[in-house]
Amino acid sequence: MSEASPADRAGTFGALETHLRARRDSGAKLLVPYVTGGYQGWQRAVEAAAAAGADAIEIGVPFSDPVMDGPVIQQASTAALADGATPASVLEEARELDTGVPHAVMTYYNLCHHQGHERFASALLDAGVCAAILPDLPYVEAGPWLEAAAETGLEAILLAAPTTPEHRLADLCGASRGFVYAVGLLGVTGERTALARTATQIAARCLAVTDRPVLTGVGIGSPSQAVEACEVSDGVIIGSAVVRTLMSDGPEAVGELVASYRTALDHG
Amino acid sequence: MAAATDGPTPCHRSVMGEPTTDGRFGEFGGRFVPETLVAACEELEAAFREAWADPAFVAEFETMLRDYGGRPSPLTECRNLSSQLGVRLLVKREDLNHTGSHKINNVIGQALLAQRMGKTRLVAETGAGQHGVATATAAALLGMECKVYMGAVDVDRQALNVFRMRLLGSEVESVQSGSRTLKDAVNEALRDWVATVENTHYCLGSVMGPHPYPWMVRTFHHILGDEAAAQCKDLTGGDPDMVVACVGGGSNAAGIFSGFADGDARLVGVEPAGGAAVGRGVPGVVHGMTSYLMQDEVGQVMEAESISAGLDYPGVGPEHAYLAAIGRAEYPSVTDDEVVEAFTLMSRAEGIIPALECAHALAWIVRAAPEIQGQTVLMNLSGRGDKDVDQMMDVLGMHGLSE
Repeated sequence: MSEASPADRAGTFGALETHLRARRDSGAKLLVPYVTGGYQGWQRAVEAAAAAGADAIEIGVPFSDPVMDGPVIQQASTAALADGATPASVLEEARELDTGVPHAVMTYYNLCHHQGHERFASALLDAGVCAAILPDLPYVEAGPWLEAAAETGLEAILLAAPTTPEHRLADLCGASRGFVYAVGLLGVTGERTALARTATQIAARCLAVTDRPVLTGVGIGSPSQAVEACEVSDGVIIGSAVVRTLMSDGPEAVGELVASYRTALDHG
Repeated sequence: MAAATDGPTPCHRSVMGEPTTDGRFGEFGGRFVPETLVAACEELEAAFREAWADPAFVAEFETMLRDYGGRPSPLTECRNLSSQLGVRLLVKREDLNHTGSHKINNVIGQALLAQRMGKTRLVAETGAGQHGVATATAAALLGMECKVYMGAVDVDRQALNVFRMRLLGSEVESVQSGSRTLKDAVNEALRDWVATVENTHYCLGSVMGPHPYPWMVRTFHHILGDEAAAQCKDLTGGDPDMVVACVGGGSNAAGIFSGFADGDARLVGVEPAGGAAVGRGVPGVVHGMTSYLMQDEVGQVMEAESISAGLDYPGVGPEHAYLAAIGRAEYPSVTDDEVVEAFTLMSRAEGIIPALECAHALAWIVRAAPEIQGQTVLMNLSGRGDKDVDQMMDVLGMHGLSE
């Protein structure tokens, strides 16, 4: 298949992957909500999501040019930046969180590049974050980052897309840490009225080449779509639905929303 | 990189040659796009290599630029400005091309390539609107669907070009996100392409973005540099002392520099003071490439500020970053005030209303004139100023001029 890291060969994984594998192997479908860091009330939203049964939390660090994000997350990012959010301030606030589940950061590569790979990875670890997703850093350009993250001990999550060719997919899944983020459709983040056919196809292609947890994200807008996606994947990431709820109804409503996904996933 | 700086060798490689297989010019360039688009960039690169090696494709491209685009564009000796400034000023008249700027070269090339690849739809970003108009024009000619993303700020200050694009049958979307200028239009075009990559080609308007765009766009603009080199030789017997062009993303500069990069002419790319990506010299990664990028202390991309919508871009093409890093080209900047003076100067001295973009190039020549007396200066007049006259009426306060 693909090359295994020393950690893989030894059967030891990072905190996020260890947790997700254990949950998956116990029969659970994985649920990872995304919350835009720095947005008003975001810490309470994260805590509410965790209390409602999230298996891990994805924390967005707002960037000026979020090219992979649709209107909802763009709006939250812009508002957070206007409120003065910086990578340092979001990480400082993330450090204060006590959710009992692993945290991953999602942001864009320039913030990592600007700070330097090692310093960026260390700053995340210092804030209690164990993994990172950089959606504008594709596998073909990720080599130096993957090395730095591995050396620092941060799990670097890679994205697989419906357009990823077969010859690259196994290597990509092998190089990812934490989980494999299967991009469910051709498009940016945001809810859709129906689950795209590509979502099940890409998850199935990933699962055929890796035993790492495969989570489907981008375009999942309802608990029933999450259930449908989980028929072929190990779990789902829900972003825009969470952020929309945070912006319109506040952090406590996020807990209710996540609970509705949890219930649906647990009871099919 | 050393090979390029060591000068001509028995196996001479052009300073502006092909990038490395991973799309690098020195340390700059690359393919920093969402995974969804990597395959599309690879497909585009393969299609471009195959097409450019096909004499029939190149012939179709050149024929269309001649019969439809109006090439070759003339070289004009500006006698009045020359005597005022004490230099011999030659200008490459890209303003006389169909649609009024150099942009048509790249757009014809990409539209033909997109058709060859079986794509039926074009998306494009535009700042001043010149690239948007050129793309809308090519789409109309070749019967393709077209959508142009334009920052809301630019939609306001370039209303005529917005109307032109709509008249040509294209959809224009006013981009409300971020700083609502060119960089946000690029983001929105990329988001569109992420969702529509199967039938859509992203007709990127400058020598920027992920590999192969910087190289491909420059290659489609070689024709203007090659023409200018031949025209200079006919007129003066050789290369000029210096070649000057404005730089936002840098496509017109890349085109004209490519005709002279392996010679001795000094290459000067003029940036706006409020968008001096090279001048500030901080590497960053956005819009698919590693290049110099205006950013704040944590790496958030800054908003460029220029009187010229076409140069209102916080980054620069990666090959320009490379040419600056190896010292082959220099990238000074000029202020909006200097640009307004140059705009008026060229209009009155030569009867040519330049686009505000290339008024930057003239502004630098005016400033540098005392130090370059007697030299032959080739300036790329990359576009005509008709699109800017409405804005300049406000700036110059000459609303009452006709009364």
